[in-house]
Amino acid sequence: MHIMEGFLPSPWWEIWFLVSLPFIIIGIYQLNRLVREKREALPLLAVAGAFIFVFSSLKLPSFNGSCSHPTGTGLGAILFGPCIAGVLGLIVLVFQAAFLAHGGITTLGANVFSMGIAGPAVAYLIYRVGTRVGAGTYAVVFVAATLADLATYVVTSIQLALAFPGTAGFVGAFSAFATVFAVTQIPLAIIEGAVIALVFKYIVQLKPEILTRLNLLSESAIRRLREAAV
Amino acid sequence: MKYGMEMAVAILIVAFVGMFLAQDAAIQAAGEEAWEGADDAAADLIEASGYEPWIDPLWEPPSGEIESLLFALQAAIGAITIGYVFGYWQGGRKAT
Repeated sequence: MHIMEGFLPSPWWEIWFLVSLPFIIIGIYQLNRLVREKREALPLLAVAGAFIFVFSSLKLPSFNGSCSHPTGTGLGAILFGPCIAGVLGLIVLVFQAAFLAHGGITTLGANVFSMGIAGPAVAYLIYRVGTRVGAGTYAVVFVAATLADLATYVVTSIQLALAFPGTAGFVGAFSAFATVFAVTQIPLAIIEGAVIALVFKYIVQLKPEILTRLNLLSESAIRRLREAAV
Repeated sequence: MKYGMEMAVAILIVAFVGMFLAQDAAIQAAGEEAWEGADDAAADLIEASGYEPWIDPLWEPPSGEIESLLFALQAAIGAITIGYVFGYWQGGRKAT
């Protein structure tokens, strides 16, 4: 889950705002271009944002006796890249900070970076590299979305360990936070990856032309996927 | 297999539920409290070092019920959007 209000001391919350800002500015610029040039992709953008809404509202139990929620950012990252995913993540995080006291306004920069930018960047890179080397598309989507979710919580642990190294130092603090966050997240990340891979299959079945328009899959790759019918 | 992926996801979810039930039974048997949020656990970890949050949320849901309401609303907004778009695409394909 997100870093709560007031739980990042100065200068860390300011630093993470500054780190996130350029990605968000690029994301807004890319969104503007998308809206102008590829209007047919807008419903898909809505779906990507909606997935973050649904997934980040579901607090699920994990095997170590605590609850956490998946992020849902992997889909948006694969489809539109990490900067646009960052803007989508920002919308959800503002909603949760304002109405749910979940996350916070001062920690928004750090939370946008972990959930909106770092996790999605991992998903985006895995998808791009994975499809280029010819791995199965759905398997690549699964791995990308799973690791995006996990990476988000690894980054959250790094952010907290940097701010609170305590007496154990950065490494000790990191392993303590990672035990709380990242370990809890493993089963949730796997479920998230599987569901997003399934949704990707439905997009391939229903609206493959958008995927070619976004340069995600070639027409021949889509024809192969549709014929394979897994 | 035509619905291979659907089945794989269903099996994963069933395994996930089974894992939760088994773990919950073990925790109940040990008489411990569990299933709080990981963010609360992290906050406890930080507060144990003597740190106090320097600012409080502007507004907090006044009760667990109100919080559930808002989380459910968030999920509903997302779910109706996904359903609408996929339904729209499906309808468009049928029409042509």
